[in-house]
Amino acid sequence: MSKTNTIKMNDAPEHIVLKDVHKSFGPKHVLNGLNLSVKKGHSMVVIGGSGTGKSVMLKSILGLLPPDSGTIQIGGRDVTGMTGSARDEVLSKFGMLFQGAALFDSLKVWQNVAFGLMQGKGMNATDAKEIAVDKLRQVGLGADVGELSPAELSGGMQKRVGLARAIAGDPEIIFFDEPTTGLDPIMADVINDLIVDCVKRLGATTISITHDMASARKIADDIAMIYKGEILWQGTAKQVDNSGNAYVDQFIHGRADGPIQMDVFKA
Amino acid sequence: MNFLAPIGSFTLGLLAEIGRIFIFAWEAVGRGAMPPYYWRQIAVQMLRIGYNSLPVVGLTAFFTGGALALQIFEGGSRFNAENLVSSIVALGITRELGPVLAGLMVAGRVSASIAAELGTMRVTEQIDALVTLSTNPMKYLVTPRIVAAVLTMPLLVLVADIIGIMGGYLVGTKSLGLNAGAYIKNTVDFLTFGDVSSGLLKAAAFGFIIALMGCYHGFNSKGGAQGVGKATTNAVVSASILILAVNYVMTAMLFTGS
Repeated sequence: MSKTNTIKMNDAPEHIVLKDVHKSFGPKHVLNGLNLSVKKGHSMVVIGGSGTGKSVMLKSILGLLPPDSGTIQIGGRDVTGMTGSARDEVLSKFGMLFQGAALFDSLKVWQNVAFGLMQGKGMNATDAKEIAVDKLRQVGLGADVGELSPAELSGGMQKRVGLARAIAGDPEIIFFDEPTTGLDPIMADVINDLIVDCVKRLGATTISITHDMASARKIADDIAMIYKGEILWQGTAKQVDNSGNAYVDQFIHGRADGPIQMDVFKA
Repeated sequence: MNFLAPIGSFTLGLLAEIGRIFIFAWEAVGRGAMPPYYWRQIAVQMLRIGYNSLPVVGLTAFFTGGALALQIFEGGSRFNAENLVSSIVALGITRELGPVLAGLMVAGRVSASIAAELGTMRVTEQIDALVTLSTNPMKYLVTPRIVAAVLTMPLLVLVADIIGIMGGYLVGTKSLGLNAGAYIKNTVDFLTFGDVSSGLLKAAAFGFIIALMGCYHGFNSKGGAQGVGKATTNAVVSASILILAVNYVMTAMLFTGS
């Protein structure tokens, strides 16, 4: 579990910085002045319960849900409210593994993996397929799987194809949305290993959101805890057990009693 | 005074929805006019929207043409005007029933399938995934469908015109005992280019409505299977009503002036 990565120095420059980000849907405040900074080449895992704003945070960074206020910087550039070709250029550096894999069911597996290369970057089919087969191999899938349709795959295989698609364009930044949710513990660990492996190979900056602590411990350099749309605590993966934060302690030990009160208790 | 509140909120909601639809249409058509173009998607959608709708549209036109011939014969015989059957069938089909009925049938078939497909893509995050793969979902999903529908609907209606007139001809000559040669001569003599072209213009407008409503409702669907079902219903209902309303406006503009 201990990660010895000499490149990841703590004085690495900030790659993704969120400052005082607010986002509401009608009367519901999902992000309440969220602050988060992720260093270049680091793996940041954001932990937190359901409905605390984890997914909205990722979608804000991607520009899918523009924040109401606050700023989002990527590589020192303010990308808040960016549109058009400038936004496209920023997005070309991203890869994302979605919770439900979000594979295009009308396309074959290899076409899914090659999609960003062919449609987004205009690569020809032969070259793109070669890369796709290579990326599938990196996630432990044979070239024969590439000819199947996503509906023919198991959940674990779909996640792996989603991972292959996320890394196909050699992105600088990768987001993992609940990478292990819905998988058995062994497949979850396989995915964790693949994430660590792929990220190391690319040297990418990553943000993962999860409530699976086993996964968080395995893939994280840094951990941040989100609660009610704010980051309550941020530190290195090793510090998480001695955070001195009652919320973090409650979450990582999975206790029903503590400062975090589930809505079900408010009868 | 409370009874005014629902009227007000309904009006505001309606206007907001119309505004959202206009912005959506602008994003699809205005921005869609800029590259990149997805030719392959346009071709695939033309096949799905146009070619695959041929049987439905052809059957609709055939039976409508036949029924129209029967009705006009029945009405015309009261004034000894049976020989008007051919020309009125031709006018009715090309100007009005061809485009409207083809539009409604295609709305049921295509708006529903577009809304269901895009709705499912929305709720399974496939549309978000497109964004992370450097592909604009409006340009990749919506623009090709709108272009394909606008291009293929006139072709479908042209086919419907021909089959509808043929349906009238078959009923008129085989069942009502009208003279075949006179039927064809009357059809050709009375029908003008404007009759046909106005119908085809309507068809293009209906194609736009069909694809736009399917895409808009599918794209904005929320909340799983139920949301997709709702989007599908809304797409078909709104497309059908808009087709009928726009048809009235276009008929008024195209024909009353001349």
